Amino acid sequence: MFSNLMSLHLFVPEIALTTGIVLLLVWDMVFSLNRGTAAFIALASLLCAAITTVISGGATVALFNGLIVRDPFSDFFKIFFVLVTAVVVVISLKAKDAIDYTGGKDREASEYYALLLTTTLGMNLMAASTDLLMAYLSLEMVSLVSYIMVGFKKRNLQSSEAALKYVIYGGVASGVMLFGLSLLYGLSGATAFDAVRAALMTQGEAGMLVTLLAVVCVLAGFGYKIAAVPFHMWCPDAYQGAPTPVTAFLSVGPKAAGIALLIRFFTAGWGAVPGEEQLYGAPWAVLLGVMSAATMTLGNLSALLQSNIKRLLAYSSIAHAGYLLMALCVFSREGEQAILFYLVAYLFMNLGAFCVVIGFSEAGVGETIDSYNGLGVRAPLFAAFMAMFLFSLTGLPPMAGFVGKFYLFAAVLKKGGPFYMTLALIGILNSAISLYYYARILKAMYFRKSETEGPLAVPTVHRATALTMAVPTLILGIYWAPVMDTIKRALAVWG
Amino acid sequence: MTRSNMVNALITCLALGVLLAPGAAAAQGARDALPRLDMSPGELTFDKAGDARTLTLKNTGKGELNIREVRVGPGSDEGFRMEPAQPKTLRPGEKMTVTVRYQPEGEGAKRKQAFGNVQVLSNDPDAKEHKGTTGVQLIKGKSYLLTVMVFFPLLAALFILLFLKDGQTNALRLAAVIGAAVPFILSVYLFKNFDRTLGMQDANYGLQFVHHFVWIKSFNIEFFFGVDGISVAMMILTGLVSLIAVGASWSIKKQVRGYFIMFLLLETGMMGVFCALDFFMFYVFWEVMLLPMYFLIGVWGAPSRVEADGKVRGGPYAAIKFFLYTLAGSVLMLLALIAIYYNSSPTTLVDGTPAAHTFNFMKLTLLNSFTLAAPILGMTFHKVIWVALFIGFAIKIPMFPFHTWLPDAHVEAPTAISVILAGVLLKMGTYGIFRINYQLLPEATQWAGLAMAIFGIINILYGGLCAMAQKDLKKLVAYSSVSHMGFCLLGMAAFTDAGMNGAMLQMFNHGTITSMMFILVGVIYDRAHTRGVNDFGGVAGVMPVYAGFFGFAFMASLGLPGLSGFIGEALVFIGAFKTYTFLTMLAVVSVIITAAYHLWAIQRIHLGPFNKRWAKVLPGNDMDFREGLTLVPLAIIVLVLGFYPMPVLDLISVGMSDLISLVNPAGGASIAMATP
Repeated sequence: MFSNLMSLHLFVPEIALTTGIVLLLVWDMVFSLNRGTAAFIALASLLCAAITTVISGGATVALFNGLIVRDPFSDFFKIFFVLVTAVVVVISLKAKDAIDYTGGKDREASEYYALLLTTTLGMNLMAASTDLLMAYLSLEMVSLVSYIMVGFKKRNLQSSEAALKYVIYGGVASGVMLFGLSLLYGLSGATAFDAVRAALMTQGEAGMLVTLLAVVCVLAGFGYKIAAVPFHMWCPDAYQGAPTPVTAFLSVGPKAAGIALLIRFFTAGWGAVPGEEQLYGAPWAVLLGVMSAATMTLGNLSALLQSNIKRLLAYSSIAHAGYLLMALCVFSREGEQAILFYLVAYLFMNLGAFCVVIGFSEAGVGETIDSYNGLGVRAPLFAAFMAMFLFSLTGLPPMAGFVGKFYLFAAVLKKGGPFYMTLALIGILNSAISLYYYARILKAMYFRKSETEGPLAVPTVHRATALTMAVPTLILGIYWAPVMDTIKRALAVWG
Repeated sequence: MTRSNMVNALITCLALGVLLAPGAAAAQGARDALPRLDMSPGELTFDKAGDARTLTLKNTGKGELNIREVRVGPGSDEGFRMEPAQPKTLRPGEKMTVTVRYQPEGEGAKRKQAFGNVQVLSNDPDAKEHKGTTGVQLIKGKSYLLTVMVFFPLLAALFILLFLKDGQTNALRLAAVIGAAVPFILSVYLFKNFDRTLGMQDANYGLQFVHHFVWIKSFNIEFFFGVDGISVAMMILTGLVSLIAVGASWSIKKQVRGYFIMFLLLETGMMGVFCALDFFMFYVFWEVMLLPMYFLIGVWGAPSRVEADGKVRGGPYAAIKFFLYTLAGSVLMLLALIAIYYNSSPTTLVDGTPAAHTFNFMKLTLLNSFTLAAPILGMTFHKVIWVALFIGFAIKIPMFPFHTWLPDAHVEAPTAISVILAGVLLKMGTYGIFRINYQLLPEATQWAGLAMAIFGIINILYGGLCAMAQKDLKKLVAYSSVSHMGFCLLGMAAFTDAGMNGAMLQMFNHGTITSMMFILVGVIYDRAHTRGVNDFGGVAGVMPVYAGFFGFAFMASLGLPGLSGFIGEALVFIGAFKTYTFLTMLAVVSVIITAAYHLWAIQRIHLGPFNKRWAKVLPGNDMDFREGLTLVPLAIIVLVLGFYPMPVLDLISVGMSDLISLVNPAGGASIAMATP
């Protein structure tokens, strides 16, 4: 275990991000940054964070007296978050609802990027926390900044409403979570994950009910972060109201961070070893499994009825959280591998889909599905990318989403038994249902005619980003062994 | 803010990283010194008997590499031999070599292909999860034929995507013709060079033109192409029908580029399904074929319209219906696939790596470990899996009650795509049942035989009756497909020589005959823009060539002796009569129904007085050369196979008798006794 000062060596990625944040804010105060430079600084600090993560990574060391840990698992997520943020930085560059760049004003570009980097910092900490306190603090750090980002369109009623809803739900969820954490502390007298676990191991039957209550409360906090039913209510409104790049960011970044913390909480902290779903006498697997089934079913069924594309993608992201939870409740190494792989696939396909939405909206296309009519003819390549991302989200080969889903279901079926078989069946039916609403977008783009004709001018930056997302979406569907090997190494932390 | 400021920012950030990172690396200390085994070349290929190849083992890691054993691994062809190597320790950077010889004896010397592997047992850390084994593949007679056949259309599609524009219609057509012609020509080569005597008991499980390597080692997924007689028949059909469908695509006028890209993608998917022998790959090709089909029906099919009863119909509706039906079936298949994988016994991959489970069809067949697997939700494992797989395939066939997507899809799709749908796609269902249900789960297949036969009968009768009621010619042909695929089901379910060969023959013949029928429907639709059976009359008088082909195709379809449709049906009846006497008698009734709707259609369209409504379009506008060109090859095949079906029967007989001995080990007698 490293003391505070010694830990700084291995805390470089976070320091790089902090440097970026400070640079952005201070420089802006002095010189007033334009959006290009601000994005450049953000990207540079992200690049530094990525490089230093790779250079200094590999070992498992507890930092800051055991508050956080530096291990291949957290390194994997650090790179993941850097990728997510970098993509969002680029697609925000020309997105009127994030940075109003019309008339050469570049409204609050540096603030926007500073907030984005702050969230990344928070997510990095989430993936690395090994202490109840740090888990809560980092989660709150991500949440607080997310509220601001959702309400970033200050004069837009929808955006403000979304932010307010998000704050209220978030406040309640984090309050409940804090209550659960304090119960855990009361039971064990410790805040470090492993100390809590050691204390719980020795307790008798008496503490079981309290443990159950505590963990259910904690789950509320996590569930809120990954938008799992029944803590998902904020999600569609927040996603619809927020600037679209922020929606893209929230649907991938914080969700992955929540999953990372959840995995660590249950695997490292909770000691959920394979074959032991009755931890401390409480049925965690059933709890999470039911949550997963509800999440994917509700997400998919609600998505069927949406006419706004952002709202549709919001519900789709709820459904995807359900698939992830399905593999989590297996509590096996295969399940965790599947989750990590799915997150990688999800990064490319979901950010890609949002990138297309932003690109179209910059070209003057609305947010309703009907406004996508005929885009297959007006912007053939860009629409083809969208088709690819949507097929990947449905889970069709040869796209990355299929391989991800394959691993998820393989993990669940490997476990076997009536409960998991039923869960897999629910999951697979959901997967078939999801085709219908993704295909509605395809139908609009390809089978319908638009009222206006002529090619559509999509900004180059979005076309380039969509291509950059489409290539891995396809390649990871055909040959994914290197990624899977990296994931296996990242999870080897727990044997 | 100037550019120099930007550079400053970058330098500041980088400097921070550069200053702190080495410290971090030092703090963490040197990593453990581990050995690493590097083998070159990655695979050893042999050309002829007597060849010797050298394998170099090198330690590229930092620790000592202990090589315990180097050996020719299990499952290798007996022709591969090597001198046993002594256990040896390699220091970092040190290397050693071993020599492998290919020296087949007796029968083995005649083999065109032989596969084997060398296993190296060492303390390489990467090999830990494979029991310390690292493998290298040995190949004699590498074949890329199938790979080229499958991926050539994809390459053609890429070529179109990159180099051709939407206006260059003729160049696009030429590219598509080449893209479809090459696989067809190769399939003829395949037909000529396929050794019809090899069966599952022979080397390589009787598979030929095998292309096999490990694809994703961590999940035991292999790239495995290979053909037996059944696959060859289907690949020839695919090659032929696809080429003819390109010929029938001349009437496509909008977005020709996109159309041919999708079409060629579709062909890759179909070809892949028929020669993939790894379940994972099979599934990938199976699904890949859905995507282009969705667009082909939706974009180039009939435009959306509102029917008299307020329902929205047309290409987009049919496309999503087709997609949802097929996907619902294939996701069930996905679950079954994973369950099969996890219940398979340990084996080795083709490069000698030990694998706990496998997707390899041939290994799964021989290991046959499913009868003892733990039950699913209280039901016998192999029966549940059988049903899940069967539903996936039954939707494709399509079997009653999953057939409702078919009339919509066939009717709304453009002519060429209807041809592909009826000619090839439906056969993927029956092929899948043969390849997976029959081969992997023979016990469950016996259990389900009667149910299959009953559904087959329902298909035959229900499809026939529906066809009789149709007013749209294309819908009539579509329902006739439902009826004819019922014969395949009935024949398959009989488990007798005649029945199963008949089913397979029926698959091939239905492919050629229905393709003709859809092209003929397209011909008249292109001229009259309607397909109403009752809207015509006396067409034979003004379009004699057309009427000739029409009569020929419909007679073949109704099962006129002397044309190929008859032989398949007759064999099915003969085969099924022994097993399901009563059901077969029911099915024979269908002969009358079939004759009725075919003859009635001919009568309404071609005989009687000429409908003056078409006086301006039909007379003097008989089939042109291109249309004839798409029909003549099919007609020749229908005629030749009608008199002499041996080319197909010869091709499939060994593969079929292997299947029969799997599902019906006691021969026809025991089954005949079971149903007195």
